Amino acid sequence: MSMSRHFELGLVRAVDEKRATYPVYLSLGQEAVPAALSTVLRDFMIFSQHRCHATYLCFGGPPRKLRDELLGLPSGTSGGRAGSNCIQCHENGVTMFGHHGLIGENVPQAVGAALGSGKPVVCFFGDGAAEEDYVLASIGFASTHRLPVLFVCEDNNLSILTPVEKRRSWRVAEVAASMGMRSVEMTDDPWTVAERARELKSDLPAFMNIHVCRSNWHVGVGMDGPGEWDRFSLVETELEGLGLGKETAAVKAESADAMEALWAP
Amino acid sequence: MGAVTVADTIREITRVHLESNDGMLLGQCVSAVGWVNSTVPDCRNIVELPMSDVAGAGIAVGAAMVGRRPIFVIRFQDFLVLNGSPLIFYAAKSKELHGRGTPVFVRAIAADGIGPVHSGVLHGLFMHFPGFRVCSPMTPKEYEAIWADFLAHDDPMIVSEHRASFNNAEELIDRVSGDAAITIYPVSATRFEAVKAAGILAAEGIRCNVVHVLWLKPLGIDERMAGPLRRCGVGLVVDPGHEIAGASQAIAYELTRATGMPVKALGLSDATKCLCPPLQNRIPDAERIADAARRLLRSKSTGGMAGG
Repeated sequence: MSMSRHFELGLVRAVDEKRATYPVYLSLGQEAVPAALSTVLRDFMIFSQHRCHATYLCFGGPPRKLRDELLGLPSGTSGGRAGSNCIQCHENGVTMFGHHGLIGENVPQAVGAALGSGKPVVCFFGDGAAEEDYVLASIGFASTHRLPVLFVCEDNNLSILTPVEKRRSWRVAEVAASMGMRSVEMTDDPWTVAERARELKSDLPAFMNIHVCRSNWHVGVGMDGPGEWDRFSLVETELEGLGLGKETAAVKAESADAMEALWAP
Repeated sequence: MGAVTVADTIREITRVHLESNDGMLLGQCVSAVGWVNSTVPDCRNIVELPMSDVAGAGIAVGAAMVGRRPIFVIRFQDFLVLNGSPLIFYAAKSKELHGRGTPVFVRAIAADGIGPVHSGVLHGLFMHFPGFRVCSPMTPKEYEAIWADFLAHDDPMIVSEHRASFNNAEELIDRVSGDAAITIYPVSATRFEAVKAAGILAAEGIRCNVVHVLWLKPLGIDERMAGPLRRCGVGLVVDPGHEIAGASQAIAYELTRATGMPVKALGLSDATKCLCPPLQNRIPDAERIADAARRLLRSKSTGGMAGG
């Protein structure tokens, strides 16, 4: 979580300094979900959404290759050809398939991969993707065939800048439950996310709608003021309250130094 | 035992793939109502998809991503407009973007004369997008060849089938002669009609070459394709899809570019395929093909022909 946070802070500087010139989709503010799930779902195939830097990093993707992809270099995760919203990883014991930027496209793919392989899959998508007809149909198919898919809706309440309440009157977690799978709705407290995932993964398919707070614009590094909450800071505070302030500071300093070096001009 | 038809060939290729290669077959209503014109075997690894067209295609793509080389059956090719997005946006792009192929074998079945959304031929649309291999086999051996090609590559393949071919057991051989006046390049079901058209024209004393087009992409204009055109000096591409911005025009352009010879296109007029005559806008039949050839030759003799 700390590495992802500091990786992207370095990326923001690189964008500001015009060293990174391609569009970027930042995970800033949303890191807690993949950080928590990566501790529980190590053997799962990953189908990430377009906002995927944190997923890649938390599950074990090499930061240097991600940096190079964002800079359009041949040493990037897809040889610099795909970019921020299309990150893949097939090393370090990680199987993460690259998205192409078509919202929700990864959901039927995740279901097909589970069908075809019989292996467990975690599939990340946003609250906007949850409205795509093919996403809902795929969740239904996974329920019909009892496929080993954990659906994770990283619900930042925004489709670009349009809130959920202006787009629909229904809750996707309830839709998933109505299709016959266990379904939970929660905020992005990482301890709770990990605990619930641990429970759910024993009986898949299952659905998690997790409310997160995106810090930056849909695309790019711009911000419209501070978000409603910053889970990273809340976790820091919680750890300090547990008497782990010294260890927390050390982890933060280590990742900050490493990522600063990674992004150094 | 009767001759082996295209339908028999598809069914047996599929059976081996599903039983012995751990392949998959996915589609809507594939295990009922005649098992898709007897082209689907009754065996394991068949997945009945719900009526969720886009999701179904995405599920097939996902199965391809984990190595199952799925056969994805689309009972009516028009539905590619719905099924197309996971194929176009993901399967066709993954190799160039990520270096990982997504080999899905798309059986896109065409028909004619059954209305506005069940009679379409859309292979031209898929020739347009990078990343696909596109073909239209009409004979048993051709089907075997394109299947071997699919297994030898890791690209998504659009197989433009036509119901008019399913009972065919004959191979379609090029007809080429040194004194032909015109070369006809038919595609898909028009190949059967082009052979008949050549007979009609021969009876009138007009010799014509018929060079069959199996591969639409890569088109592969080799000497078999270009030689007869160079020798006779004029060509006609015939396709069962819409002519405007379609396969017939695209192939005619490529042939002209390769040879410098004028080549015309004959496909469907720019009109909806309605259910009832005379508005069905059916595929070019032998009479229309022969008539188009006559007009081209008249135009050539009066010097009124331009390329493309």
